[in-house]
Amino acid sequence: MNLLLLILIPLFTAVAGLLSRSKQQVRWISLAGSAAQLVLALILLFAFRNERVGGNDAQMLFEQNYSLFPAWHINFHLGVDGISVAMILLTSFVVIAGVLVSWNIEKMTKEFYFLLILLALGAYGFFISLDLFVLFFFLEIAVIPKYLLIGIWGSGKKEYSANKLALMLMGGSALVLVGILGLYFSSGHSFDLLELSKLNINPKTQHIIFPLLFVGFGVFTALFPLHTWVPDGHSSAPTAGSMFLAGISMKLGGYGCLRVATYIMPEGAKEYSTIIIVLSTIAILYGAFATMMQKDLKYINAYSSVSHCGFVLLGIGMLTKTAMTGAVMQMVSHGLMTALFFAVIGMIYDRTHTRQVNEMGGLMKVMPFITTVFFIVGLCSLGLPGFSGFVAEMTVFMGSWEHVDAFHRIATIAACMSIVVTAVYILRAIGQTAMGPIKESFSGLGDATWNEKLAAIILVAGILAIGIAPGWLNDLLRPGAEIIMQKISAIK
Amino acid sequence: MNEFLTLMKSELVITFIIFLLLFIKIGKGMKNESLLSLVQLLLLVNFIAGFFFNKNGNLFGDMFHTSPLIAFQKNILNLGVYLISLLCADWLKKTPHLPEFFMLMLSSLLGMFFMISSGNLLMFYLSLELATIPLAAMANFDLEKKRSSEGAMKMILSSAFSSGILLFGISLLYGATGTISFAELPSQLTGSSFQVLAFVFVFAAFAFKLSIVPFHLWTADVYEGSPIATTSFLSVISKGSIAFVFISTLYNAFQPLHEVWYTMLVILAIATMIIGNLFALRQQNIKRFLAFSSIAQVGFILVGISSNDSAGITSVVYFILIYVFSNLAAFGVASVIAEKTGKENIDDYKGLYQTNPFLSWILTLALFSLAGIPPTAGFFGKLFLLTAGASKGSYLFITVAALNMIISLYYYLRVVRSVFMEKNDQPIEKINTNLVSKFALILCAAAIVLVGMLSWIFGYIQSLI
Repeated sequence: MNLLLLILIPLFTAVAGLLSRSKQQVRWISLAGSAAQLVLALILLFAFRNERVGGNDAQMLFEQNYSLFPAWHINFHLGVDGISVAMILLTSFVVIAGVLVSWNIEKMTKEFYFLLILLALGAYGFFISLDLFVLFFFLEIAVIPKYLLIGIWGSGKKEYSANKLALMLMGGSALVLVGILGLYFSSGHSFDLLELSKLNINPKTQHIIFPLLFVGFGVFTALFPLHTWVPDGHSSAPTAGSMFLAGISMKLGGYGCLRVATYIMPEGAKEYSTIIIVLSTIAILYGAFATMMQKDLKYINAYSSVSHCGFVLLGIGMLTKTAMTGAVMQMVSHGLMTALFFAVIGMIYDRTHTRQVNEMGGLMKVMPFITTVFFIVGLCSLGLPGFSGFVAEMTVFMGSWEHVDAFHRIATIAACMSIVVTAVYILRAIGQTAMGPIKESFSGLGDATWNEKLAAIILVAGILAIGIAPGWLNDLLRPGAEIIMQKISAIK
Repeated sequence: MNEFLTLMKSELVITFIIFLLLFIKIGKGMKNESLLSLVQLLLLVNFIAGFFFNKNGNLFGDMFHTSPLIAFQKNILNLGVYLISLLCADWLKKTPHLPEFFMLMLSSLLGMFFMISSGNLLMFYLSLELATIPLAAMANFDLEKKRSSEGAMKMILSSAFSSGILLFGISLLYGATGTISFAELPSQLTGSSFQVLAFVFVFAAFAFKLSIVPFHLWTADVYEGSPIATTSFLSVISKGSIAFVFISTLYNAFQPLHEVWYTMLVILAIATMIIGNLFALRQQNIKRFLAFSSIAQVGFILVGISSNDSAGITSVVYFILIYVFSNLAAFGVASVIAEKTGKENIDDYKGLYQTNPFLSWILTLALFSLAGIPPTAGFFGKLFLLTAGASKGSYLFITVAALNMIISLYYYLRVVRSVFMEKNDQPIEKINTNLVSKFALILCAAAIVLVGMLSWIFGYIQSLI
């Protein structure tokens, strides 16, 4: 399995799309490219499992290492462990669904798909790079397409949202950059993630650098109080833009917090874990209560994303193996779920031309497929067993409960309470849109088209695959979390 | 004799072209189109020739010094001049005094070559004057425009002033050390306060030419008034050459004072980045906008210079190579648009993408590269400057620099927003870019995308040191 393919396929897809002649061609090229990528991600999963079953217990598999800038010791170092494989799978699911739901975009189609694929390219590169410089390179590649996607194809106050998002995310990556440079110079000139993790970086240095990296990546994953770009960005973005933003881009931050900040600097993680837990609990509760007040479907999902991503940071901050596994599960689960949620919102909006919950009603009668998917995603969001949300959040709670002191218990209980609030707003939103008498103006609306159905089915399949049989994901993620935890439990 | 020819070949070729133009001018003359093509061809040959026969050596009793690195720096300038001759082809064809314009531009370039190669302060002063005085005439080249004359006047006054400061500094330095040779200066510098005073004057003269805050006030007006060919020459070639001399002077001649100039560089870099960025936020005219953005870029160059090791030189040269492509691409688009429509305001660019997608993409790429966003080369250039600057371990300094990248992103995105997102009832009409300019723009865009990815380019520059 050659990991370079994961970068090359999107690259060729993007270039081929630019060279194509008609809108229809661009669509098919993008679909073919993202389908190929999905197949590749599945092959990667099986190849990875085969290697592991075959007894290859190297920390990273399929490693490749090319020297890029020898003067700075920058290498193009690729490799995957279970966590990266899971993130790559998530990305490929969301990308193909995003391509499918954007089928009807008529304005500047070629550019739209080019930016979508470029964003995906950044995410794939980010998840497989083991060199911090290259990782940062891909992280930033994934920012600017979002700006243009929101600014050009968005709705509402799109320019404001696009600016806010780009500047906040770039601000986050500036902090990441300073953190990476700090690691580089305090480690004796290395950008290599694995090398850095073997060095024991001076706790005083960690004291400065850990918050830089954690907050920098935290901006991406809606760390309270730096979450303010989330509601504006999501609500203004076009459907596929929101899907990519919540499904992929927010996960870049969570992955960075775990893989870069926590893994390299365990002492820093330990030192700051209290603050992380407090902030993420606030985000979970604040996000949930803020969602209660929203009337716009996109705002509902955006604020609930703040709440759900809080679980990711909570899981990381708890610093137990189970909680960390749960955090990554939550990333995958929330990525699939929120992408599907935005896709459904987009489908409804395309037909009703409103996103206000109280202006809808009885949509079950005219679009049974869409509303059924809406139910599924809603139930997944509120954590019903059988869906991925339950598995992930449960794992985080179980991991958190391993701490016996009052502080961790209180934080866990507080976070648990958000599930009740989630149930309230999800059931209310579904009830008001799907049930009740239908408005006359909506009675002629049609159900999902083939591309929308396909997108929804792909994402639902992912959600169910985790929800019904969570074992495979757990097996995939646990060794990765274990290695990180070994470093943390080594300090006492 | 043979050594004289090889070591001074860049200077000799440029001198040859200047005289050729002179003879054509006083002889029968030529049509602008054919003359322009001839000059473009000669500049291309000059650029290609610049890669060969580069050796270490001194001439004229160490007054003139050259090395492969210096030859490469000169060749970056050659490349820039060649690109300007292509990008501004429309304007150049129309100007009634084409031979004079090139004579001035090449004389200034010649001055820069001697300046980069200069081995002592006197030679440095002379070549600096040779590089500056033609610039004032070039700034005044839009003869019928009042702003152009105003810009030229500001240019000549401020450069006369900075020359005065430089000469004063040189004479103090000679008094303090008894030498004006760059090679002998380090052994004579003890760091006494008198020597530091003399050094500060020399430093201030450099700061004037590089438009480092607080010596930047002439920049925006001169940029705005001058024709775009001159502006791009000023902002890219002139800045680049001074930065080359600046870094080699600081690292070699003034090495004993490095603690003094490190502090000065940190303070000035922070001031330059912040002021340049804040002023760029509010600009309407694209030339003024690029002027302030180039001031901020100089702030980043200072960050790289502050590292005081070979990584600093490499990353500054690399950054300037990338800066040539990015800034010239931005000026090139501005020049094409201004020449066809006369519009120079950012607001006029609203809706540009609808009518001119090609120009829009080039402009966007160039601005992203200036802002340092991957995958453009500017990302690598800026990051290496920051990495070089961070080697001293001052986190605060690097954090300020990194945050300045965010401020700069805001105003670069403002132009992108105008081009792509905002609506305009009367957008700029479809422009048929002439082939030559189109070729140069594509060349710049390709370089912006590829120079960063092709990591051997950085290795090549490093191998020259």
